[in-house]
Amino acid sequence: MLDLLYAVAVAPFRDMAGAPAFLIEVLIGGVFAGLMYSLVALGFVLIFKASGVFNFAQGVMVLFAALTLVGLLERGVPVLVALALTTVVMVALAFAIERLVLRPLVNQAHIILFMATIGLNFFLEGFGEMLWGANVKKLDIGIPDRSFIVRGVQINQLELTAAATAAVLVTVLAVFFQRTRIGRALRAVADDHEAALSIGVPLRTIWVVVWSVAGVVAIVAGLMWGAKSGVQFSLSLIALKALPVLILGGFESVPGAIVGGLIIGVGEKLGEVYWGPLVGGAIENWFAYVLALAFLLARPQGLFGEKIIERV
Amino acid sequence: MRRRRILIAVLAALALAAPVTAAAQSREVFVPLLVYRTGPYAPSGIPIADGFVDYFTLLNERDGGINGVKLAWEECETQYDNKQGIECYERLKGKSPVVVNPYSTAITYSLIPKAPVDKIVVFSMGYGMSAASDGRWFPWVFNFPTNYWSQASAVIRYIGAQEGGLEKLKGKKVAHIFHNSAYGKEAHPTLEELAKKYQFELSLLAVDHPGQEQKATWLQVRRLNPDWIFMSGWGVMNQVAIKEAVSIGFKMDHLIGNWWSANDSDVVPAGEGAKGYKGATFHAPGTNFKVHADLLKLVYEKGKGSAKKEDLGAPLYNRGIVNAMLTAEAIRTAMTKFGNKPLTGEQVRWGFENLNLTEQRLEQLGMKSFTHPVKVTCEDHEGSGPVLIQQWDGKKWNVVSDWIAPMRDVVRPKIEGAAVEESKKLGYTMRDCAKEK
Amino acid sequence: MIYREAGQFKTTYAADQAVFSIVQDRVAVAAAVVGAFVVPPLVASEYWLQAVLIPFLVYALAAIGLNLLTGYAGQLSLGTGGFMAVGAYSAFKLATAFPHLNVLVVFVLSGLVAAGVGLVFGIPSLRIKGFYLAVATLASQFFLVWLFNKVAWFTNYASSGTITAPDRTLFGVVITGPNSAPSARYLVALGLVAVFAVIAKNLVRGRIGRSWMAIRDRDIAAEIIGVRPLRTKLLAFGISSFYCGVAGAGLVFLYLGSAETLAFDISISFLVLFMVIIGGLGSILGSFLGAAFIVLMPIVLANAPHALGLRLPVALQKQIELMVFGGLIIFFLIVEPRGLARLWQITKEKLRLWPFPH
Repeated sequence: MLDLLYAVAVAPFRDMAGAPAFLIEVLIGGVFAGLMYSLVALGFVLIFKASGVFNFAQGVMVLFAALTLVGLLERGVPVLVALALTTVVMVALAFAIERLVLRPLVNQAHIILFMATIGLNFFLEGFGEMLWGANVKKLDIGIPDRSFIVRGVQINQLELTAAATAAVLVTVLAVFFQRTRIGRALRAVADDHEAALSIGVPLRTIWVVVWSVAGVVAIVAGLMWGAKSGVQFSLSLIALKALPVLILGGFESVPGAIVGGLIIGVGEKLGEVYWGPLVGGAIENWFAYVLALAFLLARPQGLFGEKIIERV
Repeated sequence: MRRRRILIAVLAALALAAPVTAAAQSREVFVPLLVYRTGPYAPSGIPIADGFVDYFTLLNERDGGINGVKLAWEECETQYDNKQGIECYERLKGKSPVVVNPYSTAITYSLIPKAPVDKIVVFSMGYGMSAASDGRWFPWVFNFPTNYWSQASAVIRYIGAQEGGLEKLKGKKVAHIFHNSAYGKEAHPTLEELAKKYQFELSLLAVDHPGQEQKATWLQVRRLNPDWIFMSGWGVMNQVAIKEAVSIGFKMDHLIGNWWSANDSDVVPAGEGAKGYKGATFHAPGTNFKVHADLLKLVYEKGKGSAKKEDLGAPLYNRGIVNAMLTAEAIRTAMTKFGNKPLTGEQVRWGFENLNLTEQRLEQLGMKSFTHPVKVTCEDHEGSGPVLIQQWDGKKWNVVSDWIAPMRDVVRPKIEGAAVEESKKLGYTMRDCAKEK
Repeated sequence: MIYREAGQFKTTYAADQAVFSIVQDRVAVAAAVVGAFVVPPLVASEYWLQAVLIPFLVYALAAIGLNLLTGYAGQLSLGTGGFMAVGAYSAFKLATAFPHLNVLVVFVLSGLVAAGVGLVFGIPSLRIKGFYLAVATLASQFFLVWLFNKVAWFTNYASSGTITAPDRTLFGVVITGPNSAPSARYLVALGLVAVFAVIAKNLVRGRIGRSWMAIRDRDIAAEIIGVRPLRTKLLAFGISSFYCGVAGAGLVFLYLGSAETLAFDISISFLVLFMVIIGGLGSILGSFLGAAFIVLMPIVLANAPHALGLRLPVALQKQIELMVFGGLIIFFLIVEPRGLARLWQITKEKLRLWPFPH
């Protein structure tokens, strides 16, 4: 019993203290992994904020964006043109979704909209694969996936770039939300879409905009994840990695997605490296959820979520 | 209201389009192909299916089938999913197939109990249930030319040879990075026993499905600093693992994948960095064989090929060829006894059991030194075939070892023990091979 | 004309509260049940039994379970696959540890184990709501599947990590395991589903069901009128998990024959949720309709090109199938968000007037 307690509560910390450089490496690995999750979670947050839709298809949108980009690159389209074209495709997708899915389902229960996005998920899976094939494709964005060592701590260039990208993306989104006209409209819709409608905010335009922005976020996430693992079908599964980030940070909060990502990333790496071996490893997947769950029990609406006020 | 009417029309249409089963063809041998050309595992599933189909097409085009009996096949998409696999199997069963290649360990397990009932041979080439190698217990299941346990022992033998002898393994650190599933864990019993025997330090590092994010595992690798890594990966896990290994600067020629972790699609995303990565296999990669020339000439030039020309020779494509060839040769063996006509499952089972693929026969088939001769017996459905190590040079795979024999003295007793265990679950009894002549 | 209740007077409270208050309904349902027991074992081919009917029944049971939780008690759950895994693995452990135990008892016991696990994982629902809860239930999904994968004890230390249904008999007939006939397995599945569907139907009509619906519609208001949220929610999780657990046991013992943990991964949770929503939230009949739809549709889509004489490459066919599947789901949600059960209800309304609508 005591041994067990020691193994769970003391040994991992001694382990950490014994090899500080390695601990720092784990922490850095966690931070980077977390930011990668945040990139995906951001797309969820944007859509939930503006339309109250829990968009399960965000993972597939990442896949779809990456597939389109790589498909264009493979056909010899220059990088910038390909990026522009992919953006166009994602915006077109946003239009189509608004027209064909959201508009007919306006005012339905959340769960119905959620289901519709799962339907969309299936559709895009089939469609993306039909267009671009199921093979693994290499995505080379010019950043070598190599590491350099600073004082015994290993840092990966690609991850560093991803982190920087996430930071830039969040800043841009923050400015977009706070400073631009359309950003203010978005926030108005998020607060109360009927009230927003009554003062003349065009709801449909807002939806198209927000799904387009989520599409662009998906391109960025697709770029980063695609560079990491090659572009392939499994990219859509990273949505499952973003969900704990989402509930931890709160569905409506952009900073929440970042902070949540960091907590989940660092938490699951520490858990896997220091406590995982006790139970045979591969605990990352559920550990992230349990960690998020633990936070939720303290704050049921996530760290940065809007407080739920309930009335009878 | 109008929408509702459309909806009812759609429902009615769905109800009408009920499944149909075609009648069995008379002058053909029918082989159902459970493939996965879509979904997360498609990058591995596509080349295997292509290789298989192309070889069968070649047989029909070049030889008019097997001894004049045409080969017929039908693909069914499983997405590597057990439930869809069973649906496919039941659907294609109506066409009286003689042998089924499940291409998934889970589907294999579901089909094994059905095999003796439906009289359809289950041929799980190099995967599935290792215990089924004991043919006394599992007459209907074949997994030659070799299985996961033989492979693990051969890889350890290779590592030993690289270190300068198996006794030099003492004190070395070997890590096994595995897909956290039945498949990934399959090699553990053998590895653990060998670790005890040769006193190397074995660490088992699991990667959870699907394996998109493996940072933690590779951080552990970095701390552990193993001398060798053996990897049993699958799908996206392979690509990410190889990239992570590159990124932490692990010596790539000390990273050995098993035969499902060493295809072109696995190394391509890692680019230059993957150079030096090794993988186990039981047939050569590349297209320098007569069979490939035949394929190009007789199948591809007629526009009947299923892959792109430049994809020929990828390890998994070649594996599809081997799989198709072994299937065809088993059917041919059965014909020597039962005559050149469409056969029943039972007759084909005899063919599988008495398959003796010799060096000469391989040469006739245009596969000299492409794969190793196999001899199947009533007791041994695996043949403990030897294993090759191939290495990625940045452009293509090259064979870098001789045929490495597995450690049959370690593996076979384990198989026999496991066969008793597994058969107990199925209520099988052991047959007497002396009477099976 | 045929379907009309004119002249049927309810003279007692019991008659008024009957599940099927109209004679035609009673006759139709009785005929359907008897037909289901008699016709398929005589007529259906092995393909139909093994690939269509048995999975339909197993999924219908799981869908009823999830519908109790999500449709009636309003707690969105994505942990169905985990609870089904609990049922499957405990059934396997029980059946192999006590070979003489009646297999039906094994099913019920494994349902109870799943119910226990469901109670534990239902605790967060007291504080967490809506999508937060849905994602939180994923914790149970991932944890349970990991657990069964990791701990070899659950698979009796099988080197493959696969569980295989053993041969078990009922009244001398082999009903599970490799040597059982599909028709026998079908009958067992049908029997289980019939019994549990009747229980579920009566559960939701009674006090428990009403308290669930009160919680679903406005939990604070329900609390004020004296429904205890703790007990009610946990009861919903427990009973729902019981159904899922029995369905999970059925999945391995009656349908697949063997399984590894991958069979219970997240996709099965989504599949069952689909059934519930397409079929109709808060409807037992809907669970059946949804399960039938989701089981049959891919099969029909996979076979349709054949039936039409088209020879498509399998990959293309699968991709089209996915697209049509996704498209149809959206289409159904748009046309009738309340599901197939609602559609059925409308049809019945129409039938009452048919053929003289005015």
